Amino acid sequence: MALYTKEQAQALLKKVLSYSKADECEVSLFGNEGGNIRYALNAVSTAGDVSTTGLAVTSVYGKKAGSASIDEFDDAALERVVRRSEELAQFAPQNPEYMPMLGQSEFKDSITFNANTAAMTPESRAEMVGKSLQVTKDANLLAAGFLENSSSFNAVMNSKGLFAYNKSSDVTFSVTTRDAGGTISGYAARGFTDVSKLDTASATRVATMKANASKGAKAIEPGKYTVILEPVAATYMLENMFRFDARSAEEGRSFLSKKGGGTRLGEQLMDPKVNIYSDPFNPDLPGSTWGGDGLPRERTSWIENGVVKNLSYSRYWADKKGVKPVPNPSNIIMDGGTQTLEELIKGTEKGILVSRLWYIRMVDPQSLLLTGLTRDGTFYIENGKIMFPVKNFRFNESPVIMLNNLEALGKQERSISVESYRSYLIPPMKIRDFTFSSLSDAV
Amino acid sequence: MVLPSLNSFGKNIDVQQALEGVDVRIKKQLADAGLNAAKSAGASYADVRIGRYLNQFVITRENRVQNVANTESYGVGIRVIADGCWGFAATNDVTKEGIAKVAKRAVAVAKANAKLGSAPVQLAPQKGYGEVSWKTPIEKSAFEVPIKEKVDLLLGANAAAISGGANFVNSMIFAVNEQKYFASTDGSYIDQDIHRLFPSFTVTKIDSASNSFQTRRSISSPVGMGYEYLTPMASETIAGITPRYKKRYDILEDMKFATKQAAEKITAKSVDPGKYDLVLDPSHLWLTIHESVGHPTELDRVLGYEANYAGTSFLTLDKWKSGKFNFGSKQVNVVGDKTQVGSLGAVGYDDEGVGTKKWDIIKEGTLVNYQAIRDQAHIIGLKESQGCCYAQSWQDVQFQRMPNVSLEPGKTPLSVDNMIKNVEKGIYIIGDGSFSIDQQRYNFQFGGQLFYEIKDGKIAGMLNDVAYQANTQEFWNSCTQVCDASDYRLGGSFNDGKGQPSQSSAVSHGSSTTRFNGVNVINTKRKIG
Repeated sequence: MALYTKEQAQALLKKVLSYSKADECEVSLFGNEGGNIRYALNAVSTAGDVSTTGLAVTSVYGKKAGSASIDEFDDAALERVVRRSEELAQFAPQNPEYMPMLGQSEFKDSITFNANTAAMTPESRAEMVGKSLQVTKDANLLAAGFLENSSSFNAVMNSKGLFAYNKSSDVTFSVTTRDAGGTISGYAARGFTDVSKLDTASATRVATMKANASKGAKAIEPGKYTVILEPVAATYMLENMFRFDARSAEEGRSFLSKKGGGTRLGEQLMDPKVNIYSDPFNPDLPGSTWGGDGLPRERTSWIENGVVKNLSYSRYWADKKGVKPVPNPSNIIMDGGTQTLEELIKGTEKGILVSRLWYIRMVDPQSLLLTGLTRDGTFYIENGKIMFPVKNFRFNESPVIMLNNLEALGKQERSISVESYRSYLIPPMKIRDFTFSSLSDAV
Repeated sequence: MVLPSLNSFGKNIDVQQALEGVDVRIKKQLADAGLNAAKSAGASYADVRIGRYLNQFVITRENRVQNVANTESYGVGIRVIADGCWGFAATNDVTKEGIAKVAKRAVAVAKANAKLGSAPVQLAPQKGYGEVSWKTPIEKSAFEVPIKEKVDLLLGANAAAISGGANFVNSMIFAVNEQKYFASTDGSYIDQDIHRLFPSFTVTKIDSASNSFQTRRSISSPVGMGYEYLTPMASETIAGITPRYKKRYDILEDMKFATKQAAEKITAKSVDPGKYDLVLDPSHLWLTIHESVGHPTELDRVLGYEANYAGTSFLTLDKWKSGKFNFGSKQVNVVGDKTQVGSLGAVGYDDEGVGTKKWDIIKEGTLVNYQAIRDQAHIIGLKESQGCCYAQSWQDVQFQRMPNVSLEPGKTPLSVDNMIKNVEKGIYIIGDGSFSIDQQRYNFQFGGQLFYEIKDGKIAGMLNDVAYQANTQEFWNSCTQVCDASDYRLGGSFNDGKGQPSQSSAVSHGSSTTRFNGVNVINTKRKIG
């Protein structure tokens, strides 16, 4: 059994805690069920089903903690894992940053689980991939793609009386369409909590449209351009900025550090149109209502009208600084505007439409300077119209500078990062003076 | 692609458990149960991998231990061919019954996939080896060294950084032991005990007055060695502007230099962008080799199997078939090698039971070969696999992964000092930094840890904010000199990612210090707010 109900999890965790002899003990139980299909050259290359369950115990004596985990659940095994964690704790060095465990809090029920996604089977996955393949075969293109779904739960209980449980679902789909000669390429990616919202054929049609439109890409000079980043491109770029950590800022080693010491909390760091927050109750991107440290999660604003509104404080760092702890976000949402992508293009005199970015890596953590490349559909815009496809560019740009150069935001949508596969709610965005530093021959 | 963070590593265990192996006779019986069940269910080929994957982390910052963890993952993966198609399934129920059950599931998956009508798998022939074994040649297992010794080593190095003026220091030792048993219907029963080790640190210097900070990471390498790597040895250290290390590493010495250099970076001259001749140390060049030679010569990428994630390759089959594709200058000789002692990729046999070897990939600048596994060998006219098959654990299916891909040293005697003497306007780069390359491996950009300006044959001082951008083919054609074998060292990645779902592998890249002429250097300094 990979997915325990709240009651089943509670009963098992109680039993494990009853074996504890330590000053403090925390037990967590987690499980995952899901599967995937990978395909390339219009045929399935691998397919798999995954089902895992595990249990981890942390025992504490004073400020010495030890952890052990197990994937067997008979009584003898459960007692053994508690004893092992106690032995490790006895031999562990003192951790001066250890914080005593929290007692029970009120956690609201989350909306992260979806029965449709949990009911997916190898057959339903094959059917969804079949629809994608039909689109590319009809278009005389080759598809490579990946469909993955998972349903998981996690529960935690400690000797101070805390108990929390959450169950969630997620499905992601991505597809790349190319011709046999490798002269064109298009891409689409989708992610949902509810699989009934996922239309693999429609996403694949977007990828084939992008691929066909990219034929005959022209080289234009690199330099500073107005760009329109589609949500999948903007998401990957901004994901590198979504670490609003107070400790590294106060230590002086973050883009949120202030000259002379301290943080940039309360400062206008970006264009006033920028609003970034977390909200576990957003129906399009639900998140867990509690964090691993046992703190409840509520809606938290990180950037409000371009001003740094909150930083996350771990329990240790908050205690040291005499402030209230602020848990890490369980999701990230950026407010959008009312314009469609087409309207953003229509309002652009000269610019570049970027479908996807690739291989983004940090160049300088002080300015958050990132480098990476455009990929799978890059187009030149003039007088409100897409004029022709252009060759890919390498960029060197900071998301903080980028969000200072914000011209307009489009309608927000759920998007996935093409590297981490995490979901976000991000709008398409029009940015002036985006720095392309060289050309790439890659298709 | 080299991943920016580590994967999760299974369940925690204590040290004693990590040292206990599983009897090879039992593993053979279990493997036979899987092979027989697969054949009975209709498999024309089957392989069974029983794997016990152990990891140990010791993680510290400044004067305290952040985490000590031992993890274990134990289970069995079975891969079969049925109706001409691959099928794979895995379980952590390591009993004859559990293995037989999962073997049948793998056959069922293969038969279901076969209905989708893909071309039948063609496996290169492979003789059975019978019962054989292989072990990484180590002097001392990292798992047998007490945790306290590791903690003391790291905290001692951290103390040197703090007393030297560093504001922060993070350090860690990461040890891996893969106990892998492979059996196939070809008649191989292969028991392997593989060890890897990676000590590393990052020193941070803050200047709050200017709101700037600089870091200097260790120039240690992840290695296919035991704990002996951490015993300093003068004969394995190359003296110079900063010490560089061959088969032994002195963490305390490197930490002291790093602490001074992090502070020096705060006030170092910001580079003037333009064309420079680059002198690249092996601690830096390994990553450029990895991204611009290693990945584009992976045959699965060339064929299109990675198109949706990591991408394809500019080194298409027609270029290889021509026998004339000019990848680089005559100085560029690159080999694939799964046998090199001390390397991360060294094994006796790969994860589909193929004995390992060494072969040419780039010969005097010309593309002559790729990296292939059994079901790809026929595509490039090979009669046998090159032994490049790997899975990150028992629960992941094995596929083509990069072997050690290394630049051969120059044949003419040449030291680093003599190479620098002839450079008029250049930059000497040590250590790896930021890295990015496009999905077909044409356009790349790399940073580093230490940059030194070369003026008229002499080191003129430290530079900062340096990154170089180039096209792969132009870059390797600008290679004019490679130092001799006395300077040859290995660098590597402990965490190279590929595939969907993504799998991690470890791979080394060797070279001697190498010169590239007229490379485009950019300045990466920006200000925010």
